[in-house]
This record gives sequence, structure tokens and C-alpha cells, in this order.
Amino acid sequence: MDLERQKQAPLYKAIESFRRQRVVPFDVPGHKRGRGNKELVDFLGIKCVEIDVNSMKALDNLCHPVSVIKEAEELAADAFGAKHAFMMVGGTTSAVQSMVLTACKRGEKIIMPRNVHKSAINALILCGAIPVYIDPKVDTKLGIPLGMEIADVKKAIAENPDAKAIMINNPSYYGICSDLKTIVDLAHQNNMLALVDEAHGTHLYFGEGLPMNAMTAGADMAAISMHKSGGSLTQSSILLVGEGIDEGYVSNIVNLTQTTSASYLLLGSLDISRRNLALKGKESFGKVCDMAAYAREEINEIDGFYAFGSELINGSSVYDFDITKLVINTRGIGLTGIEVYDLLREEYDIQMEFGDLSNVLAYVSIGDRIQEIERLAGALNDIARLYSKPTGDFFCAEYVTPIVKATPQEAFYAPKEKLPIESTIGRICGESVMCYPPGIPILAPGEIITSDILDYIKTAKEKGCSMQGPASEDITELLVLK
Amino acid sequence: MSSNPMEFWFEEMHTNNVKMAIRVNKHLYSDTSEFQRIDVFESPEFGKFLTSNGNVIFSEQEEFTYDEMIVHVPMAVHPDVKRVLVIGGGDGGVARELSHYKEIEVIDIAEPDKMFVDVCRKYFPDNAIGLEDVRVRLYYEDGLRFLRKCKDKYDLIINDATDPTGHEAGLFTKEFYGNCFKALHDDGIMVYQHGSPFFDEDEENCRAMHRKAVKSFPVMKVYQAHIPTCPSGYWLFGFASKKYHPLRDFDPKKWEERGIKTWYYTTHLHSGAFMLPKYVEDMLKEEENAN
Ligand SMILES: Cc1ncc(COP(=O)(O)O)c(C=O)c1O
Repeated sequence: MDLERQKQAPLYKAIESFRRQRVVPFDVPGHKRGRGNKELVDFLGIKCVEIDVNSMKALDNLCHPVSVIKEAEELAADAFGAKHAFMMVGGTTSAVQSMVLTACKRGEKIIMPRNVHKSAINALILCGAIPVYIDPKVDTKLGIPLGMEIADVKKAIAENPDAKAIMINNPSYYGICSDLKTIVDLAHQNNMLALVDEAHGTHLYFGEGLPMNAMTAGADMAAISMHKSGGSLTQSSILLVGEGIDEGYVSNIVNLTQTTSASYLLLGSLDISRRNLALKGKESFGKVCDMAAYAREEINEIDGFYAFGSELINGSSVYDFDITKLVINTRGIGLTGIEVYDLLREEYDIQMEFGDLSNVLAYVSIGDRIQEIERLAGALNDIARLYSKPTGDFFCAEYVTPIVKATPQEAFYAPKEKLPIESTIGRICGESVMCYPPGIPILAPGEIITSDILDYIKTAKEKGCSMQGPASEDITELLVLK
Repeated sequence: MSSNPMEFWFEEMHTNNVKMAIRVNKHLYSDTSEFQRIDVFESPEFGKFLTSNGNVIFSEQEEFTYDEMIVHVPMAVHPDVKRVLVIGGGDGGVARELSHYKEIEVIDIAEPDKMFVDVCRKYFPDNAIGLEDVRVRLYYEDGLRFLRKCKDKYDLIINDATDPTGHEAGLFTKEFYGNCFKALHDDGIMVYQHGSPFFDEDEENCRAMHRKAVKSFPVMKVYQAHIPTCPSGYWLFGFASKKYHPLRDFDPKKWEERGIKTWYYTTHLHSGAFMLPKYVEDMLKEEENAN
């Protein structure tokens, strides 16, 4: 990374100088710097609305960058140690989809952990590739999915030597990292691409003492949620491309689904955030790590809560741990993570990132201060005092092995019928069922519905998980293939 | 040329539409700590006064009001206070009032901002003298953090924080009240600054505080004082208690016998302070019933 160069923010600068030029707009957007929509200006402020403009010569065009966006992308590539970087405005979802669509075509195989984000599954519906799932090991005590074990990756490769790519989710929402370097090497030895969903890993490129990032591991592509730990606006993201990939082809893929009217609010925020990360990332993530470590220490003093950390590292399913992820296991106070999540929200005015059956996750970032950590610790302390219950049996999210009978795409487009959920056993599912949070599919289109799966859905529902995906909102019915 | 003094004013917005102005002789101090910007001014009317992020925290001329009201009210109710925790209160005014009581054995003060204490020591020695009492133990620590480690430890907790929106926001939360409850003995009392109920913007904070405190303590009463520099000049305090009632368990005779010299607090005033205007009573009742 060239620090001197990283001081520039060409796109941000171009937007700012455009603001000062007072150009008369006879182009879209029709609100014309807000004049046509006073309420919008009151809502967002003039500074924001007046730079909500469309592509134009001075501001380049995301579909085919030639000037300031091109420079901003080059700077991003340099900051992340990639060959090329694409600024994305359709969330990391669009970055993940572009990776999958780049790597495989209809009928080709892609190896991925079962706990991939739904954006990856949806990409398979778009392109017609066949998923080969790897069981992410589950920590049944904590009730969380872990990383992929090398033995399982090797087995999947041996059984599917024709697979085109391996997708790796690293780090996971829970901070779990797989042995990225070895998996990337295995992929390359077997002529497969290594794609990394690094939605929760922007900081790995800038902080110190954090797990290895995808580009360092030699991955071919990586999807980076700048809007998560990177500090940019929601929905902005970056797609990184490594040495072995033709970025021209990736650009074609990206443009298949990307808007032709990318928001300059999002793009500008990416440019500014990239500069911040490059210049101040080491310091800011140092602070984040210290805060997370302090929070972990304080929370672990409270009886019944367990904020896990690096002690989980076991050399295989937990190869490394991202200490900025503050996940708190709540089983010890007899409450589900969802219950603690709700209590924090309703009684203590604290919004957590998510709660699942046994954990709550606090997203600690560059925007936090120690005061907020004190509040969280204070609130958890109070919850332990006031709401603890005898610890009973907890529902543990066991791995449900999917049986893929049709590609997600075939299943998605096949004629289907709706059946009461109890009479769907043995049928091929026609829709996906996601358990939220954290968004791991229980069923994806094309998979056989088993009684185990129905039991899982029932229990998770009773425990208050939010099930999403099926057209029938309360999941009393499921779409199956005719 | 007129002989008027220079027009040099400190201004504080009390709402978007109301502001208070104090003529200033001299700007004595200004610096920014990890937590707040602190300024000290000298004024003809209020003497020296200290501001945090542009809000008056206390002035020499009126500081006795809240320091007396936040200390003597609970002390005249609880029959035997031995251990006191003061949250905030780094100026020493509360400790100074507490030091009149012989039976107190420990006065712990949890004040996160060392700069605040240092400034008070330098510019407000009449308050800071309270910090010199041998029973005082000063901890430069966040109040919530300090409390988290305490269980069944204090007879009285005084929350001297005044601003529910600034760096002390954590001291106006349900977790704070809950952690105070835990830190108190079975007959413990907590008193706190309850804000001003008059202007709409402050009213919401006032309501939220009451809502949270009522949920956390079996006895929860509000009392009042007149404080010129606070918004509308009218200020409330909260009396949250596990057992003692501020009027039924009030022992004026015993308090009189101590012979403590005061400028604001009297035993008559004690009872009167709990008699609130109708609109305040209504507001508090609404929050109680909302539970
Ligand atoms: C692992 C993972 N990948 C991809 C995404 C998609 O990101 P976005 O919401 O920015 O589209 C998420 C989002 O939460 C995620 O957790």
C-alpha cells in the first residue's frame, strides 16, 4: 500500500468540486438538488441531497469507469492489496453474486459451506450452478456454526474434482475463521478458484494481529462489506479481484445486474472510507480490539454470560478468531440470545446486531466509545440479576445435511404446488427457508424435505426465531416441486 | 462614550427558543478532556461558574442549593448511613455536605474525568475541600463500571450527574438504576438529579427517568428546588428507596440536633419540597401508570 497515494480521495474530491460549480441540472434525478422535493431536503439535509446526482463527465460512470471512479477503484485495489477493486452499490450481496457468476456457469459445481449467506444461494438460482455443501462444524455448547475443516474440503474436492470454485465464508458473523491459506492453496492445486465472502472482514486488511485476509491468502476474489466494519454508507461494498482473474470479464458480470444510476452518496462514502482505513485503520482497529477485549473481560465477570474469544481456536474448525466480534453466549442465565436481544432493546434501549438461540452479538466498530461498552456491560449485569432463569434444555442448532436433488435454479423455475408443511416429507423443496438471525438456510430450492428438517423448523419457530423465505409467512405451508 | 462595562456574555440555549445569558468578567479556563469541554468563567452575579460542553454545571452563588438538597434530604430520612457512594460529584460539593455527618464511615466517589476534578480543585476550593475529608476515596472511574462490581455495599448512593444526553448518559438508564439497586443494602436510598420538567424538551427526559426509576425501586418520590441557572430555574430530584419513605420516615428532630449550618435546606422545606405542582404530579403519575 502506497500511503502517500492513499491520502487522495479523487472521487470525493470530484463530488465536492461539482458541488461548488452550481451546474444547472437538466438531467436526472428529477428532484434537482432537492428543489423539487422540500420534504426530502428537510429529511436528509441539503448537503446530502445536492450531491445526489447522476453519472456525468466530471463524475465518471460506475458502469464503465474511465476517470475519477477508475482512480478511486485503483486506490481501493492498492489499499486492499488486490489486482483490481470494484466499487459496488448493491450491497455485498451484489459482490457475492458477481463472484459466483464469474466462477461458474449452468451445470458447473461450486463447493461452499452450508452457512453461506443467502446471497450466494441466490446467485446459484441466477446462474444454474450446482452447490456442493460442506458441513461447517457446529459448536453444540455455544450453538454456533464453525469453519470448514481441511479434511472436509479435501473430501469435497476428491468427490467433485470437476468443481470450478470453492467459496469460503471468512470470518463468520461469529468471528470464526477457517484455515484460509490452506483452502486457497488446495483450490488452486485442483484448478479451482478460491472465492472469499469477506463481508465481515474489511478490518482484517488494516488492523494488526487479526486473522489473515483473503488477498494475503492468495484468493482469486473477495467480497468486502465496507459498510459493515469499514465505516461507509449502508449498501456500499467492494469486490476485490486477485491475479488469476480477468477483471474485464468480472466487469461484464457486475454490469449484468448493477444499476446504471449508481448513487454518488454511496460511491463517495466508499472513497472517503477507503482513505480513512488506509491512513488511520491501524490505529482505529487497534482501539476496536482494545474495546472488544475490555468488553469481553467485563462481561465474562458477570455470572452466566460467556463472551467467547481466542480460546476457541482449535487448529481446524476454528483456525483463527476475529476478536473484534463480540458474541455473548447467554445460556448460562437460562435465556435465549433472542430474549436477551429483546430485553436489551425494549428495557435498556440497546440495539444489538442479532440474537440467536443462544447468543447475542454486539457489533463493535470504529464508531464506538468506552461509554457504550459500559452501558452494555451494565445492562447485561442487570439482566442477569433480574431475568435469570434456571438453565434448562436449550435447542441447539445441529447441522441438517441437505440432500440436493435439483439445482437451485431448476427448483426455482419448476412447476410447484403448495402443501401443508406436515405433508411435504420426501418432496423436493421449491423455496428457501432461512432461519434469522443469522440467515443460514435450512432448506434451499432443490433439496429434499425430511422429517428432521420439519422438526428443526418447528423448534426454531417455537424458540422465537424469525423464519423467512417461504411465501406462507407463518410457514404452515411449503412450496414443493410437482 | 458610555461607561458601561464591556458586553461580554456567556449564553446557554435552554431550548431552541429560550436562552440564558450571564454577564462574564473573565474567561478563566478552557480545555477539553476525554469526556467533555470544560470552561470556567467569572461573573458578577454568580461568581465563578463551570460549564461542561457549554452547559452550566454549577456556580459559586447557587451551588449550595443542590449540594444541600441532594445530601440532607436522604440523610434526614435514613436512620444510619455508614457507607455512601457519590457518582460524578468530582467537584467535591456533595462530599463537603456529607462530611458534616459523623456516623458516615466511607464516602466513595466515582468520577471518570480527572480533568474535571483538577479544575475544581484549582478554581472552586470551597467545593473541593469536601474531597479532603479522610473518609473520601476518589476513584477515577466510570460510574456504571464502578457499580457493576458492587453488591449490597452502600446505604446511600448519590448520583450527581446532570445531563442525560452527554457523556453521562449511562447514568440515566435502566441499567444504572438496576445496578444501584444491587449495590445498595436492603434499606438503601438512591438520590439523583431529575432534571427540569418545564420545557417540552426536558420534560421527555424527566419522564423517561421517572419511568425507569419507578420500575427499579419500590419507593420512588420526586422533590424540587429553585436553581436559577438551570432551565426555567426549576429543578427536580429523585428519591428512590428500597424501604424508607422520604416523609413518613423523616426524622426532623434528630436532624435538627446535629446543628448543621445550611443556606437552603431546612426541615420545613424538606416536607414542602415533596409537594409538587399539579402539572408535575400529573406527569409523574402518567409515567407510573404507564408501567
Ligand atoms: C456473510 C455475508 N455475506 C454477504 C452479505 C450481504 O451483504 P449486504 O447486506 O451488504 O448485501 C452478508 C450480509 O449481512 C453476510 O453476512
